[in-house]
Amino acid sequence: MDSTLLVELSRAQFALTALYHWLFVPLTLGLSFIIAIMESLYVKTGDETWKKITKFWMGLFAINFAIGLATGIILEFEFGTNWSNYSWIVGDIFGAPLAIEGIMAFFMESTFFAVMFFGWDKVSKKVHLLSTWLVAIGSNLSALWILVANGWMQHPVGMEFNLNTARFEMKNFFDVLFNPNAISKFLHTVSSGYVMGALFVVGISAWYLLKKRDILFAKRSIIVAASFGLLASVFLTLTGDESAHQVALTQPTKLAAMEGLYDGKSRAGIVAIGQLNTDKKIGDGQKEFIWSIEIPYALSFLGFRNINAFVPGIDDLVLGNPTLSIEPAQSKIDKGKVAIASLKTYKEAMRENDNTKATIAFQSFRENQSFLGYGYLNDPAKIIPPVGITFYSFHIMVGLGSWFLALFFFVLYFSMVGKIETKPLLLKLAFLSIPLGYVAGEAGWIVAEVGRQPWAIQSMLPVGIATSSIDPISIMITLGLFATIFTGLLIAEIKIMLKQVSIGPEGEAHV
Amino acid sequence: MNMIKRIVLFYSDGFKQMKVGKTLWLIIAIKFFLFFILLKLFFFHDVLQTNFSNDTDRANFVIKNLTNP
Repeated sequence: MDSTLLVELSRAQFALTALYHWLFVPLTLGLSFIIAIMESLYVKTGDETWKKITKFWMGLFAINFAIGLATGIILEFEFGTNWSNYSWIVGDIFGAPLAIEGIMAFFMESTFFAVMFFGWDKVSKKVHLLSTWLVAIGSNLSALWILVANGWMQHPVGMEFNLNTARFEMKNFFDVLFNPNAISKFLHTVSSGYVMGALFVVGISAWYLLKKRDILFAKRSIIVAASFGLLASVFLTLTGDESAHQVALTQPTKLAAMEGLYDGKSRAGIVAIGQLNTDKKIGDGQKEFIWSIEIPYALSFLGFRNINAFVPGIDDLVLGNPTLSIEPAQSKIDKGKVAIASLKTYKEAMRENDNTKATIAFQSFRENQSFLGYGYLNDPAKIIPPVGITFYSFHIMVGLGSWFLALFFFVLYFSMVGKIETKPLLLKLAFLSIPLGYVAGEAGWIVAEVGRQPWAIQSMLPVGIATSSIDPISIMITLGLFATIFTGLLIAEIKIMLKQVSIGPEGEAHV
Repeated sequence: MNMIKRIVLFYSDGFKQMKVGKTLWLIIAIKFFLFFILLKLFFFHDVLQTNFSNDTDRANFVIKNLTNP
């Protein structure tokens, strides 16, 4: 058992729990708003069919919510056990957002959740509708605080490292909250949830139409969900563009991996589809792709809003590019090692009460602190994330997102002209697209998290230093336990959902 | 008092009328037992909270890890 195994097991466990957690969250985010829209139509029109539609989807929402409830708490357990160095270092930054998230989730979701499910005949229509909207808004605001924390890891701002406490301390809450990386990540993530919710409703409704049952229910559900899904898909595209722009500005190695770009260039194109050359190594001059189809100028434009912009490749970022003033990774590693040595000297000087030595070490640390994380790397090539998984995940996500946009458009169009029932192929594709929504969402998170390796905190703390010195066997045991528990939960969700779907809206399938 | 009684009745009626909800609450109870009793107590102790009694010692331990990679 070596430390590499410990780090890899800790990462695998975190990845497993995060990926399972994300199977439940997006449907909550998206379906909550679709239900609120459906209930608004009920309150506005007084049509009991809308009430029945709302109650049916609310039942499925409740199943997903209940099964997914607290799956995210496991990630917090892992912080304290597997990632204790990281947990200590970021405690001051994460404390506020996560505390707000906890309070908000408890008060908004829990309180209004009860009114939403128990209050149909006990409160007025408007109070009930308000509760439904507040559950939707509360769920989405909970996501905000988690994604603010994640955005900070991707692009740490509004903080300063305290050499005495070994913690990043928040200097400006609003810099952390309005971190451009966090905002674009939040908007892109929740809009992917909206698309997932819409795919779910459209797909299940399509199944009813294929089975020629509950026709009015299915057609009305499709119109609401496809409209919502189409708007959400457009929003998803725009937020994805902004998210990629932020990556270009703050995480150039991730952008290079997303595009498999080794040799940086001006007027760089985006690879629409392609097969990576797996023999390609840094600086070897080999071609990057076996084959590819490229959209000219698009990467420069989307990354930097300028078709002439230079997009640095992996070779530039590792080896440096003096012409364009791109610093070699080795130079950053050297500065990082100075930062680490200065921190050590500072602590020794404080113990010896040598103020002069402490002041010099403190200044030296501050001058090099932006490179602190690089000091833990022994090889410049280590700054590059796994290219294959990042590239393919990114392209799967984008490809599926494009498909969903087209799907919603055609489903909505044929619904509006009254021909949706005569399009069995489209209905089958809609049904089959439900799991693809989950694939796209998970692929997005793989891009975000694998693409920022080796960092737990961008440029500040690599994953190898963030972990605890614990027995890898205990991680193996809990990894197995998690895989079992979460798979069990997933099977339970699917079985209960399928049963409720087969009962259908006529069976009053609410909770 | 009347308000409290109404709130209690609101929840108790709601729980009584649940159908799928009863299964869901059972799943939630099992899940909470597994997460907060089995996993948290036996596998997921907070390393720094458990091994050190104060923040100064925790900070020194982390700095030691940071400066002796």
